[in-house]
Amino acid sequence: MSSANTAHSVVAPSDTSKRVAGTIVIVYALITLIPLVWIFLTSIKSPPDSISYPPKIVFTPTLEGYCNLFTTRTRQTPDYIAALPEPTSTCDEVTRKRNMVIAGPSNFLPRFVNSLVIAFGSTFLAVFLGTLAAYGFSRFKVPLADDLLFFILSTRMMPPIAVAIPIYLMYRELGLSDTALGMILLYTAVNVSLAVWLLKGFIDEIPREYEEAAMIDGYTRLQAFRKVVLPQATTGIAATAIFCLIFAWNEYAFAALLTSGQAQTAPPFIPTIIGEGGQDWPAVAAGTTIFLVPILVFTILLRKQLLRGITFGAVRK
Amino acid sequence: MAEIRIENLRKEFADFVAVKESSFVVNDGEFLALLGPSGCGKTTTLRMIAGLELPTSGKIYLDGEDVTFNRASARDIAFVFQLFALYPHMNVRKNIGFPLLSQGMPRAEIRERVEETARLLQISHILDRSVSGLAGGDRQRVALGRAIVRRPKCFLMDEPLGTLDAEFREVMVHELRELHNRVHATTVYVTHDQHEAMAMADKIAVMNHGVIEQFGTPQEIYRKPASMYVADFIGSPPMNFLRFTSGLKRGASAISLNGVDVIVPEIHQDVAVGELALGVRPEHIRFSDASPLRGAVYGSEYLGTNQVVAIETGNGLIKARVPANRNFQIGETVGLEFTPANLTLFDCKSGRAVASSLYSGGQHG
Repeated sequence: MSSANTAHSVVAPSDTSKRVAGTIVIVYALITLIPLVWIFLTSIKSPPDSISYPPKIVFTPTLEGYCNLFTTRTRQTPDYIAALPEPTSTCDEVTRKRNMVIAGPSNFLPRFVNSLVIAFGSTFLAVFLGTLAAYGFSRFKVPLADDLLFFILSTRMMPPIAVAIPIYLMYRELGLSDTALGMILLYTAVNVSLAVWLLKGFIDEIPREYEEAAMIDGYTRLQAFRKVVLPQATTGIAATAIFCLIFAWNEYAFAALLTSGQAQTAPPFIPTIIGEGGQDWPAVAAGTTIFLVPILVFTILLRKQLLRGITFGAVRK
Repeated sequence: MAEIRIENLRKEFADFVAVKESSFVVNDGEFLALLGPSGCGKTTTLRMIAGLELPTSGKIYLDGEDVTFNRASARDIAFVFQLFALYPHMNVRKNIGFPLLSQGMPRAEIRERVEETARLLQISHILDRSVSGLAGGDRQRVALGRAIVRRPKCFLMDEPLGTLDAEFREVMVHELRELHNRVHATTVYVTHDQHEAMAMADKIAVMNHGVIEQFGTPQEIYRKPASMYVADFIGSPPMNFLRFTSGLKRGASAISLNGVDVIVPEIHQDVAVGELALGVRPEHIRFSDASPLRGAVYGSEYLGTNQVVAIETGNGLIKARVPANRNFQIGETVGLEFTPANLTLFDCKSGRAVASSLYSGGQHG
């Protein structure tokens, strides 16, 4: 009974509840990770292994999927292949085993670069414009501010498919179809409303006293904004940037409709791999795996910013 | 250092008038406290002097120069905020040096000035700490450091001690006054705490509903309140009001309170018959068994060095501050005597003090 007498906190969770909570979190994490692990495993299987039933858990890993993703290949007779000089790379070797030779690079790399340019470009623009607009709405008396904010939000109320055709026609007239600039403008337009709303919330939280102090310390409003407000809004800006980036990176409908060649992004490109030379699931899985990497890195990098909570404790409320 | 002159300053927010035609002068090197309850317009007045709000009408002169519509950054003033507003992404050194950086001062000189300021405030040991980990008092000193480092024309402070706990506030009141004695900067200090205002200020402006009720030294404000509002706001317990209906004649030096003559300072004004109030500070009441002015003890509060006794009189409940060595029974009848030289008469209708030999400033406003 001595344990009942020892002082204990009534707010700290007990060991048992900590253990239960921990177990639940781990189980949930495993369940959500299964599809990702499966995609990765498929990407390092050979094509026959990838469609075998029951699915193979133990298999010999191969880079065939990645080779197929980055190259185009042509089928050749075994005699022709035997007459070729020694293979110069792993991919050469893997391809020749399937009676094929590498004909050239595939479109995956340029499509992936398109995705990077368009997603990061539109995220930067949306966050930049969103921060300025949010600051304006937060600090100044804007006539009809509530109506304007509602109008900004209303741009997100329609599903993309409802505006797809008008935008398609507009873009054709303006010569923006299948251009990176067109896609950046489109994603910026969609994301800026989200950015304004999210950032307004964050900037509202920053006490005006900081800017007032800076202005009294001899700075103009713009300088005060840059030197005092912006550093404190980092957390909000990082969170907003992640949301904008995830949208622009994953967007499929507009990309499929408005881009077909030059400016095509990775999401509409990856399914087209299936058409070239049979159902090449390892190549699709390899494309998906690589596609996941940038967003993962970006989120992990900004996670620190998100958690830092730099304004904590500096102002007493 | 400079003189601050405010002329007919007025500020409206939509249909609410925050400050009504206020005028006052803070002389060079003087410490002025703007005192009043929350919502009385004291902070708005301060913010207009700072340039954080623009007045609806009126003028603000700083060192003789009209700065009414100048930008805050162009006024060469320092402002200490209630919540300190220390920049959380900078350390103490950078916070204090921030105003110097805006003037384009060379780094070496900024360093020197910051360190000199830190020595003055005795915060040299925390210069490289982050501001978010500082205790309330140190945070306060850093905020002061950021204000004095620039050697501005004047200091404006908006309830800078409001968030400190009572014990530490005492310490900071002394520190602030001592700092003021050393740097002799013109200071306007906003507070709702009469003790802070009395302890620190050379002059006090008592504000209520956007109007300056009285402007004067702490002694004047306390001894010669210009209105019932000021008399009631200053002092704890505040001034007692014994209400009676009568008229006053110029030159009279006594009033009749329930048929008892009470000697008052010579009256310098005729007042028509109406409701009047005799203002008596609790410490100016004595018990005297012989006095015809009677009251019944209602309760008492023991305070150690003295006690506050509440007495029910024919003219309302009053409180007396008397030595602690006598015990009172509730309901006990006592005789009361007032110190004649310290009595003030008020006209209840206007709320202003009646001019007398004690005080002749009850007319304005």
